[in-house]
Amino acid sequence: MPQPLPPLDDLVACHQCDTLHVAQDLPENARAYCQRCGAVMMTAQSASIARILSLAMTAFVMLIAAISFPFLSLDANGLHNTTSVIDAVLAFNDGYAFPLAVAVAFFIIVIPLMRLGALIYALGPLARDQRPHAGAKHAFGLAERLRPWSMAEIFIVGVTVALIKVAGLAAVTVGPAFWAFAGVVIVTVLKDQIICRYSIWEALDHRPD
Amino acid sequence: MGSTGPSAGLITAREAGLVACQRCGQVHAINTAYCKRCDGPLRSRDTQSLQKVWALLIAGMIAYIPANIYPMLLTNTLVEHTESTIVGGVVDLIHHGSFGIALIVFVASVMIPIGKFVAIIYLALSVHNRSSDNQHERHKAYEVVEFIGRWSMIDVFVVAILSALVQLNTVATINPGIAALSFALSVIFTMLSAQSFDSRLIWDVDRTNNDGH
Repeated sequence: MPQPLPPLDDLVACHQCDTLHVAQDLPENARAYCQRCGAVMMTAQSASIARILSLAMTAFVMLIAAISFPFLSLDANGLHNTTSVIDAVLAFNDGYAFPLAVAVAFFIIVIPLMRLGALIYALGPLARDQRPHAGAKHAFGLAERLRPWSMAEIFIVGVTVALIKVAGLAAVTVGPAFWAFAGVVIVTVLKDQIICRYSIWEALDHRPD
Repeated sequence: MGSTGPSAGLITAREAGLVACQRCGQVHAINTAYCKRCDGPLRSRDTQSLQKVWALLIAGMIAYIPANIYPMLLTNTLVEHTESTIVGGVVDLIHHGSFGIALIVFVASVMIPIGKFVAIIYLALSVHNRSSDNQHERHKAYEVVEFIGRWSMIDVFVVAILSALVQLNTVATINPGIAALSFALSVIFTMLSAQSFDSRLIWDVDRTNNDGH
């Protein structure tokens, strides 16, 4: 096979339908969509790496808070029970349902933390104009691959449904961890909105490691 | 050559004799093994895509059966012991007058899983038959399936929270039933099935037969 020709670097293919496009610099705050299937291919944001990094760090700290503080508490007939996010995971911790405890722990705690950690690791040096860490590409690839398995936002909707289910039977108080968790969801959505995979891969590549 | 229609002038990397990286979009000569930009593995098309889709989809459908037969929630109060299935839980919510929540649970636990089974079967069959109809609609269906599949997990999280929260000694306790496990497995298998589907196959089946490449 011949060596890749220089013009190949000017091309970009849609990751969903393989259609070729010519990469162009976008005007500020514009988005480029695939001409055939409509998938988002690039977004142009000024200082976007620094912004993504700060959102990722915010979400990381809030997620730690969400795990540490009391999440919900229940009062009924003089009895009281306070629960944390960890307790919700351990709810499945009896015998046959144990694999489910592991899965829930991964979906709502481990994978979100891994994604944010990998992103901070990959983008940290870029935001300070330094060379990326070794393995930065693997870290960003991992963060992208884990995206569908990070279910913090689904968990929050699940919590809301559960609250309404018990609301008639007992008094439920919402703890600080609940708000921290809701904050994580909002910050993560913002972060995923402004992230441009194409320019991050380019940035990771253009500074040799 | 036939139908190009609204896609006239657009060619895929494969038709141009190239291979594109699905992670970062970088284009390479067809036999390149790893992406030079992001080091990701390159594959023009996943030739085993349909095989994996079918295997994981069938596993997901099988796991969905016990998820509906066995109880999802075991509730113990001073006066009674009740077991409720997925559909039973929805009916209970309707009796309590929580129509909105009943709708959310019904959509997440019944409509989305079954809709996903049907959509994946349709997508896999149409690629298998090398159909060139409704490419845009099929691609949209694929995007919806990819986006919405994870939301079925809602009911598993509801069970987790209820079981953790409602532990009031003898007065009232809620514990998870075996269906929670089967349901989570069903959602995981169908998510993996949808991820195994190579959406690029939707777009090139119509040309591979009569095109030079």
